[in-house]
Amino acid sequence: MASNEEILAGLAEIVNSETGLDEADVQLDKSFTEDLDIDSISMMTIVVEAEEKFDVKIPDEEVKNLKTVGDAVSFIAGAQA
Amino acid sequence: MMARKVVITGLGATTPIGGDVPTLWENALKGVSGAATLEDDWVKEYDLPVTFAARASVQPAEVLSRPETKRMDPSTQFAVIASREAWADSGLNKEEIDQNKLAVAFATGIGGVWTLLNAWDTLREKGPRRVLPMTVPMLMPNGPAAAVSLDLGAAGGAHTPVSACASGTEAMHVGLELIRSGKADVVMVGGAEAAIHPMPMAAFASMHALSRRNDDPTKASRPYDVDRDGFVMGEGAGALVLESEEHALARGARIYAELAGSSVTSDAHHITAPDPEGSGATRALKAAMYDGRIQPEDVVHVNAHATSTPVGDAPEYTALKNALGDQLENVWVSATKSQMGHLLGASGAVESVLCALAVYHRTTPVTINLDNQDPAIPLKVVTGAPQALRAEGTIVALNNSFGFGGHNAVVAIRSV
Repeated sequence: MASNEEILAGLAEIVNSETGLDEADVQLDKSFTEDLDIDSISMMTIVVEAEEKFDVKIPDEEVKNLKTVGDAVSFIAGAQA
Repeated sequence: MMARKVVITGLGATTPIGGDVPTLWENALKGVSGAATLEDDWVKEYDLPVTFAARASVQPAEVLSRPETKRMDPSTQFAVIASREAWADSGLNKEEIDQNKLAVAFATGIGGVWTLLNAWDTLREKGPRRVLPMTVPMLMPNGPAAAVSLDLGAAGGAHTPVSACASGTEAMHVGLELIRSGKADVVMVGGAEAAIHPMPMAAFASMHALSRRNDDPTKASRPYDVDRDGFVMGEGAGALVLESEEHALARGARIYAELAGSSVTSDAHHITAPDPEGSGATRALKAAMYDGRIQPEDVVHVNAHATSTPVGDAPEYTALKNALGDQLENVWVSATKSQMGHLLGASGAVESVLCALAVYHRTTPVTINLDNQDPAIPLKVVTGAPQALRAEGTIVALNNSFGFGGHNAVVAIRSV
């Protein structure tokens, strides 16, 4: 089980490798589309890689609800339980 | 009306003997081998019959960002690296040109084979959910042309000639036509290949196209030598900026050479074997010379296709003899695949870069490993040291490329 801090760090690593954004810019309150400028294909890549990294399932219909990094961290933390 | 003249104003390359054009040229004149035993685990895992290849001397991860290497197939990575070098070399400025008159013709022989096969492995091992969404744009053969077009903001069309090992030279032909017709003022042409993967290695080995000199990789690529036993797989890309002469002169560009003529023909003889009479290659050579209003006496240098296969090297001699006649005795021939291996769809582009430099500097790259020249191929081959080309007057270099499928592509590059 990863802690919320570990999930955030893991997501930041994935976002960095996908987009080149600084890991420090990946903060809980940031919106994937508005703040981080992540397009839909990159978002799906991040979801698939997060599923693998944290051994969770993120259903496609859930992805549209993951507006901010914090939403994703919360969902992954919940899905681990 | 005279067709518009087309000139070469920028060069780029990433190859097994140099990650940029200055290093490539220095090594091509020196005579080095880019071949080495492959250290990858998969060589042993699959017990491949061929255990060596010519890897790019600078790997893309050393010059591209992490997202770029992640979102582009290796073939596209090579294309973007070579294209960026050629663009910088040309001195062109994106803000100062008409983007709608800037086109791309970037070839590949095989395309995104690493992406395709990695995704297949992922599907079988982990299921469909793990197949990444970028897989399709990464594996498509137009990936290199599309990425170069995006990188440059080229809105005048992005073309992908695919004709196996003739692809890179066919891209030159496409670029020439685009400018002559007035559809483009500037075209980024090139070819890219990244197929040092166990499946293509196994497949080329299965047809006995690859050299099996596993114990001595640097001696394996030996075009025209009696002991040649196949080609050496290479990887990388070459890129050239083609420009209408009037566009280049208006901005005071440095001009390496004129792309004077080109031709593409097909053998219609056999899917893999070259026509033993070299008739398709002869027609391509003659047509490229006619296209450029070139006489045999103008031709002083040929960068031959010369892959080092037993059956491939001889018909090219026949074709050159048919096209150039007695002048062939005065032509210095370089078989640069002896140094860098066979870059498949990239080879014609890299060899065109070398031809442009040969004409510009009036000197030739060398051929290595030619210890006992095949008596059936009495060409005047540059070995040992570079040969100075005629110092006075106009000179022409020809670049030949032939591909499985019977594709023949020839370009003629003339001094300015």
